Amino acid sequence: MLKSKTFVKKTRSGGVMKIVREHYLRDDIWCGSEVCTECKQESTALQRDPCMESNLCSYPHYVIPDTNVVLHQIDVLEDQVIRNVIILQTVLAEVRHRSAPIYKRLKDIVHEKEKNFYTFTNEHHRETFIEREPGESANDRNDRAIRVAATWYSEHLKKSESDTDPLKVVLLTNDQGNKQKAEESGLLVYKCEEYIKSLIGNPELVDRLALSNDDKNDITSSKVLFPEHLPLSRIQAGLKNGTFLQGTFRASRDNYLEATVFVQGEGEESTEVLIQGLQNLNRSVYQDVVAVQLLPRDQWVAPSSVVLQDEGAAKDDNEEEGEEEKELRVSAAEAARKPTGRVVGIIKRNWRPFCGMLNASIIKESTRHLFTPADRRIPRIRIETRQADALAGQRIMVAIDGWPKHSRYPNGHFVRTLGSAGDKETEQQVLLLEHDVPHQAFSQAVLSFLPTMPWEITPEVMVNREDLRSLTVCSVDPPGCTDIDDALHCRELDNGNLEGVHIADVSHFIRPGNAMDKEAANRGTTVYLCGKRIDMVPELLSSNLCSLRSNVERLAFSCIWEINHEAEILKTRFTKSVIKSKASLTYAEAQMRIDDTTQTDDITKNLRGLNKLAKILKKHRILKGALTLSSLEVRFHIDSETHDPIDLQTKELMETNSMVEEFMLLANISVAQKIFDEFPDCAMLRKHPAPPPSNYDILLKAAKSKAVEIHTDSAKALADSLDVARVDGFPYFNTLLRILATRCMMQAVYFCSGMDSDFHHYGLASPIYTHFTSPIRRYADIIVHRLLAVAIAADKTYPDLMDKQKQSALSNNLNYRHKMSQYAQRASVAFHTQLFFKSRGILNEEGFVLFVRKNAIIVLIPKFGLEGTVFFDSKTKAAPTVVFDEEGPSLTVEQHTFHIFDRVIVTISLDASNIQHQKIRMSLIEPVIPGVSVSAPEVAPLAKKPRLDR
Amino acid sequence: MAGLELLSDQGYRLDGRKATELRKFQARMGVFAQADGSAYLEQGNTKALAVVYGPHEVRGSRSRIRHDRAVINCQYSMATFSTAERKRRPHGDRKSTEMSLHLKQTFEAAVMTQLYPRSQIDIYVKILQSDGGNYSVCVNAATLAVIDAGIPMRDYVCACTVGFVDETPLADLCYAEEGGGVSSLALALLPRGGQIALLQMDARLHQDHLEALMEAAMTACKGVSKVLDQVVRQHLQEASVPSAE
Repeated sequence: MLKSKTFVKKTRSGGVMKIVREHYLRDDIWCGSEVCTECKQESTALQRDPCMESNLCSYPHYVIPDTNVVLHQIDVLEDQVIRNVIILQTVLAEVRHRSAPIYKRLKDIVHEKEKNFYTFTNEHHRETFIEREPGESANDRNDRAIRVAATWYSEHLKKSESDTDPLKVVLLTNDQGNKQKAEESGLLVYKCEEYIKSLIGNPELVDRLALSNDDKNDITSSKVLFPEHLPLSRIQAGLKNGTFLQGTFRASRDNYLEATVFVQGEGEESTEVLIQGLQNLNRSVYQDVVAVQLLPRDQWVAPSSVVLQDEGAAKDDNEEEGEEEKELRVSAAEAARKPTGRVVGIIKRNWRPFCGMLNASIIKESTRHLFTPADRRIPRIRIETRQADALAGQRIMVAIDGWPKHSRYPNGHFVRTLGSAGDKETEQQVLLLEHDVPHQAFSQAVLSFLPTMPWEITPEVMVNREDLRSLTVCSVDPPGCTDIDDALHCRELDNGNLEGVHIADVSHFIRPGNAMDKEAANRGTTVYLCGKRIDMVPELLSSNLCSLRSNVERLAFSCIWEINHEAEILKTRFTKSVIKSKASLTYAEAQMRIDDTTQTDDITKNLRGLNKLAKILKKHRILKGALTLSSLEVRFHIDSETHDPIDLQTKELMETNSMVEEFMLLANISVAQKIFDEFPDCAMLRKHPAPPPSNYDILLKAAKSKAVEIHTDSAKALADSLDVARVDGFPYFNTLLRILATRCMMQAVYFCSGMDSDFHHYGLASPIYTHFTSPIRRYADIIVHRLLAVAIAADKTYPDLMDKQKQSALSNNLNYRHKMSQYAQRASVAFHTQLFFKSRGILNEEGFVLFVRKNAIIVLIPKFGLEGTVFFDSKTKAAPTVVFDEEGPSLTVEQHTFHIFDRVIVTISLDASNIQHQKIRMSLIEPVIPGVSVSAPEVAPLAKKPRLDR
Repeated sequence: MAGLELLSDQGYRLDGRKATELRKFQARMGVFAQADGSAYLEQGNTKALAVVYGPHEVRGSRSRIRHDRAVINCQYSMATFSTAERKRRPHGDRKSTEMSLHLKQTFEAAVMTQLYPRSQIDIYVKILQSDGGNYSVCVNAATLAVIDAGIPMRDYVCACTVGFVDETPLADLCYAEEGGGVSSLALALLPRGGQIALLQMDARLHQDHLEALMEAAMTACKGVSKVLDQVVRQHLQEASVPSAE
């Protein structure tokens, strides 16, 4: 091996420390080109004839971008057209230092074989290393290093000249000074824009160019619309002496001129600062970390309840704004005023690519258009594109490049199209992107860790594993479920019953630290959308090897209790095992077997035994004060061919649902206790904090209006009072009350036991709880499996499992993914509901008032589990007199007064006037209020769908 | 702030070495005339001086005398100017006592002590500049000094530290790598027979990785032994030329 004997000391002074490091220069770093005959490289990345045709460079060439080009134009580099690029080590290091996400994207590109990107380690190459000269800034040195490397490449490629055209290298830089110096030293150098525009046959690439700083002058007038952002040093000084507050910017969904900044205080104390008006918002975008300054107390305002949307054509000046802002400043009661402030600077931008649609400019030839994001909290973005016609009606993705102070809107660039709006596939993708759900296909690296098929149980697998194949085990799941993670059995012993819960042994297949594990940890959970499932682990595992299907041998993690007939646990045992399920049943099938007294086979007996015990367990649990809450869940009947929803149905609960649930709860609690005993510092648990008393206000008021008393002192008191809450002649009342109670609850969260002291699970009334029973679809369960496996000495530990800091970070990610997946799920249901009503036309349905708002009532329709808002003011008609009573709460419209729980009849239709935000519109039919309610429209008879007789 | 990238995708480490490459080796034997044996060794930026006295009669307490072999007495110290910050280092602090003990154990395994019953061999090592791998540099320097003193050994004792990053073992760690959260392992080897004189690791490492790490450490030690051998041969040649004249 050749190693250069030259070595150079590199001194880096940071603060007072002087660090001396060796820096070896080598002569065995190759150029990576196929053409080169001189370098003894084994594999090459750069092709012999790079096929990028450009007006400017008609000869074959490689491209070397500088750091700023990579940082700003990563979207362009990601395009399939751009190939044969040399990434210098200097550039890579600078990118890594400046932006972690872009660094990751760059690395992904480099790893992609078809892109032909090559990383040249120029800093360690004998001929391209340069030392920083006295008086030279680090940036200048790096620029020079890039130029030296580019020069070396052009010399080097000249040497290996073959019979064809000599290869050249083209340096891309946006820096004027750098460009000039490069030209002086005889390099081919272009600005990034120039080069991209010169590429033949790829007009859409130009749209993906980010706008650079010197471009923006011609976009807007010189008028300054926003105050200058303060430099970071002054912000830091201000934060230190308390004049500024640091917080996360949260734009309001309903009002584009209003936002709050969430300031995390010490411990539990956190405050919200209200921000109103464009000037005060000062170019902040949702989720940015900003510095705010509080306004004097006499300028504080109350949050307005007006809904304002930024609509219409692009506004380049602020005359219209004035009016809208005035509208905001309605005089508010002194008490309702909140701390109000203004944004003085941005500490960290949190921009991501946004999904949305293009509002084409009125002028046909114009290339500048406004883009409306799907998320209402994001401002509209100005982008430049030549393909507006093609993009109209499409869902597209756009990234923000910057927001200069004289521009009303941020500037951005087009990233890619997702498909046409309203299309099921496209909408699903939008939904996943907007909720940050990782949904790409699993990479090759991940798939490489899958077991090879055909898979079978080998003797090595049987070490530390019990053989339970002879037991009569069965699983009970919803219909159509292919990822079966739990199975049950029940066997009569001499002294009592032996009970077992068997959970798929996913941790056997997913080994800690490998690519598959990392991917699963990042995804956190499987996301179930209507008609689609986004898996956490590859399908081979989720639907086959881990799924406890019937009549195949599967690895399981078993939790086996000895339970007597009073459902008291005598003994608990955990073991890894092999099982062979005898049947996979649906809830309905299991219920039928239990009810059908003629059946006396093993499985049925098993089920009956389980069911009996489950009932006792449930009783115990309720006695302890567990809450039974209610929320309506709907199921769509999906047409098997078109995948359109054809019918809606609320989910039915059967005894068997609760049977499975009881045993899963029991298993989770047993496991939680075990892993906490064994690892008090790093057990992953789940807690459900008790809600603060103020959360119950709505529930209490609503109950009072029907003269029902609800106690909220403890979970038990709440559960008991919910049980007795009944109103004669109103059977649905109890369910409605429970739905309201659900809304008062807090989110349950995962946490690491070493980092918290409050373990209580409020809803289940259990002092300790975790998730153990669904490792196929939840990552938390995999961690719990690993902990339990170590606890029973069936597996080994690994460092991260015992590190409470890492565990805690992991639980934060899991909580985030879990929340996002729920939002995504809800959004998917909402979208399918819209599809359903689109096909059904207008419907008249009975519903109940769930909430009363200032200008609207929120109505729940039990039949569809659908919630909608009936507004009493509209822009077109004269508004009726509306009186809102906050104490009731009730709303008097003309003569009629609405209370919570009132029965109403509404007509439901789909409002498709805004393609991006289609919504369900409800209007009142009964009670009849002149001028407000509408007459019942003819319900379109259910259109007979032509069915193919086959 | 992203930490240091210890191993790039192209397989280069911070200082431009590949995973298995050692640092630049420079050594001189017989640097002092007063002592019985001495050596100066640079491994990259880590520089050490080793001096050997003996074998001589046991000094101090007579109870330490062994009737079947020689006692080895080791002392390790660091120069005040050896690190980025100047720091007074009193004798007998915990770290250097531990290091002295390790050196003693290493050399008791390598030196043929049974040839010198009732006597003592002193080995003093001083780190002049520290840039990672202090223990291994000390062992290598002391080996050269013992050879210079003409004391018979079973084999060269060669030591090397290895670390584990991204599923790859790195040989001969420098200071930045040692501090970068790498679990490192120090191995002193008698390369010809493959016997381990000392193995030390105080970081956490999953046991699955241990084998790969040991393998890398052995290879690195064998590399070190080749270099040491060259140094000794060259020194002998230089020393023998004037006497021949």
